[in-house]
Amino acid sequence: MSVKVNIEKCNGCEECIKSCPFDAIELKEGKAFINEYCQMCMTCLSVCPEGAIYEETEGKQTKNQQTSEYKGVWIFAEQRDGKVAQVAYELLGIGRTLANDLNTELSAVLLGASENEAQELIKWGADKIYHVKSDIFNTFNDEPYSKILIRLILMHKPEIFLSGATPIGRSFIPRVAARIKTGLTADCTSLKIDKETGNLLQIRPAFGGNIMATIICPDKRPQMATVRPRVMKPGNYDSNRKGEIINVPCDNLSSRTKVIETVKESSGCFVNLQEADIIVSGGRGLGDPKGFKLIQELAELLGGAVGSSRAAVDEGWIPYRHQVGQTGKTVCPKIYIACGISGAVQHLVGMQSSDIIIAINKNPDAPIFNVASYGIVGDLYEILPLLIKKIKEEKGI
Amino acid sequence: MRIIVCIKQVPDTAEVRINPETGTLIREGVPGIINPLDLHAIEAGLYIKEKTGGKVTVISMGPPQAESALRDAIAMGADEAVLISDKAFAGSDTWATAYALSMAIKKIGADIIICGKQAIDGDTAQVGPETAEFLNIPHISYVRKIEHIDKDTIRVQRLMDEGYDVIESPFPVLFTVIKELNEPRLPSLKGKMAAKKAVIQKWNAADIGASEDNIGIKGSPTRVKNVFTPQARTDRKMLEGTPEQQVEALIQELRGLKCL
Ligand SMILES: Cc1cc2nc3c(=O)[nH]c(=O)nc-3n(C[C@H](O)[C@H](O)[C@H](O)COP(=O)(O)OP(=O)(O)OC[C@H]3O[C@@H](n4cnc5c(N)ncnc54)[C@H](O)[C@@H]3O)c2cc1C
Ligand SMILES: Nc1ncnc2c1ncn2[C@@H]1O[C@H](COP(=O)(O)O)[C@@H](O)[C@H]1O
Repeated sequence: MSVKVNIEKCNGCEECIKSCPFDAIELKEGKAFINEYCQMCMTCLSVCPEGAIYEETEGKQTKNQQTSEYKGVWIFAEQRDGKVAQVAYELLGIGRTLANDLNTELSAVLLGASENEAQELIKWGADKIYHVKSDIFNTFNDEPYSKILIRLILMHKPEIFLSGATPIGRSFIPRVAARIKTGLTADCTSLKIDKETGNLLQIRPAFGGNIMATIICPDKRPQMATVRPRVMKPGNYDSNRKGEIINVPCDNLSSRTKVIETVKESSGCFVNLQEADIIVSGGRGLGDPKGFKLIQELAELLGGAVGSSRAAVDEGWIPYRHQVGQTGKTVCPKIYIACGISGAVQHLVGMQSSDIIIAINKNPDAPIFNVASYGIVGDLYEILPLLIKKIKEEKGI
Repeated sequence: MRIIVCIKQVPDTAEVRINPETGTLIREGVPGIINPLDLHAIEAGLYIKEKTGGKVTVISMGPPQAESALRDAIAMGADEAVLISDKAFAGSDTWATAYALSMAIKKIGADIIICGKQAIDGDTAQVGPETAEFLNIPHISYVRKIEHIDKDTIRVQRLMDEGYDVIESPFPVLFTVIKELNEPRLPSLKGKMAAKKAVIQKWNAADIGASEDNIGIKGSPTRVKNVFTPQARTDRKMLEGTPEQQVEALIQELRGLKCL
């Protein structure tokens, strides 16, 4: 079997060259030419506007998408500044469970970072690491990230592929799924193997958590999903675990977009809402930007992050990146403390799946109490200082 | 600059009710609105047009009712609108939706394509990046600021977890926007008149050259197996008494949960 170009039809438009994940097509004398790097992924067949590329089969016909050819569970080990993100260990946790259920291997893909980080992934449960060591992955850029991942998936054919539902994963994984022509389920909160069919059952909230849906991808492989951070338990750490590290070369990874600069922005405290165990949020009920001083003090005391309602952002009391809700972030911490937030649906959809919700509000009829685990009807300017004092006592500060 | 904005008509979540027996959404009588983040995408398109000149085309794939969303976009100032509608598109997942949008975009031709970061019904945030891949062009997610744009390049800020990246791209490019980018304008009187008179082009699957293997249920790799309502919280406790007693009770609870 091989991929061929009908030179009569080819007009040299280069669409196939741009689409080829292996850089296996060149322009020679104004026509597409397929070189020895071709992995027969057939991507170019579908992008050629002239229909000039075709598959030549000798003898026995092999079916392109045979789901049974795909084996193994893979996870994407996201790194930031060379350090593997927490969500990768969580993916190894759920990945191990799925791999055991399917009686198969668990592998991780690591782009950038050091050998040492790759070793750590093995200790957290991976059997195999596909490690692409290169500085170009230090800053996140969609095109090189997706190109290399497309190559790896087409070559090794895993049956399941999981990534964190982080800004990075949710930006570039859809490109990979689109190119490979397989399904992708966003922001899953639970994953299971269907005992009868062996399919991956991907469970996720929709309509802002008002309903849950089970999604399957029955005929295409890999079955791909992004997984909400902080929902899965990390794998078991075993410093004696052995595994294999495969160094993957990466040449020819061009990119049209350029990352000019990476700017860290912190407003004095931890703001990565989606990774925080505890979030203390303030709303219009604070009445004043100074109210966020109290919110921040409590958050710092608890080692948590500061969130807010849209009303507080619109008032200009706090930057948008803190906003929780429909047009802000969806969060799922262990504890969410809502102070002076009424609980409009648009806010609730962003936080109602938190494990424990504590609501502090003057108005006993505020809808926030409908989703609260603990409700305190009262003035936050009385409650919060007391709470801060008590917690300090508790911690002996 | 040829600018295309992709908009989706979604049910207003504030109005969505769940049928307690079947666990499914009751859509009847729920008003359709333009996906909130897509309003910011339209605003971005109009802003770029004002800077560089050109034309803003809004497109939407959806049932015939989605025409009203397109008219609303024209009222805001978009120049023209295309509704991509065909029974054959029914049941499309993000893959099949992105494929159909990319075919329509190819037919129109574009230098910049703008999407909302995500739609409030599915919350997937996948259609934008997938469409870019189908078009073989780069994309930039979560755009929160347009720093510079001229006829050759665009430079924007992309919001990340702990800050932002400054990214530069040539055209064509697709980007997805977040609320922080801008404040969507309200329709003007002139816009409303234009919206009334506007002729919305309607394209079906054949018009955009979509292959039937790639659209609708047949073209969608994923299936919804079932939907169910999440378990309601039954554990609510109101903490009573003076502020001191309330705080003490809360501390007790947190201690019990080993959270302190
Ligand atoms: C398309 C769209 C998208 C939206 N997206 C979002 C989103 O992503 N996130 C979001 O949060 N909102 C969003 N909203 C806005 C949402 O509808 C509400 O307007 C907003 O959440 C209200 O914020 P709030 O609860 O802080 O303010 P309010 O509703 O004004 O509530 C303030 C609360 O504070 C209480 N209070 C006042 N003083 C005190 C005190 N001293 N002590 C204790 N309690 C006090 C009051 O009783 C009241 O309940 C969106 C709206 C729309 C239309
Ligand atoms: N059917 C559609 N028609 C036009 N644009 C769409 C459609 N579905 C999604 N989009 C665009 O893609 C964005 C992300 O949608 P989603 O991936 O569904 O969260 C939306 O904000 C729209 O800009």
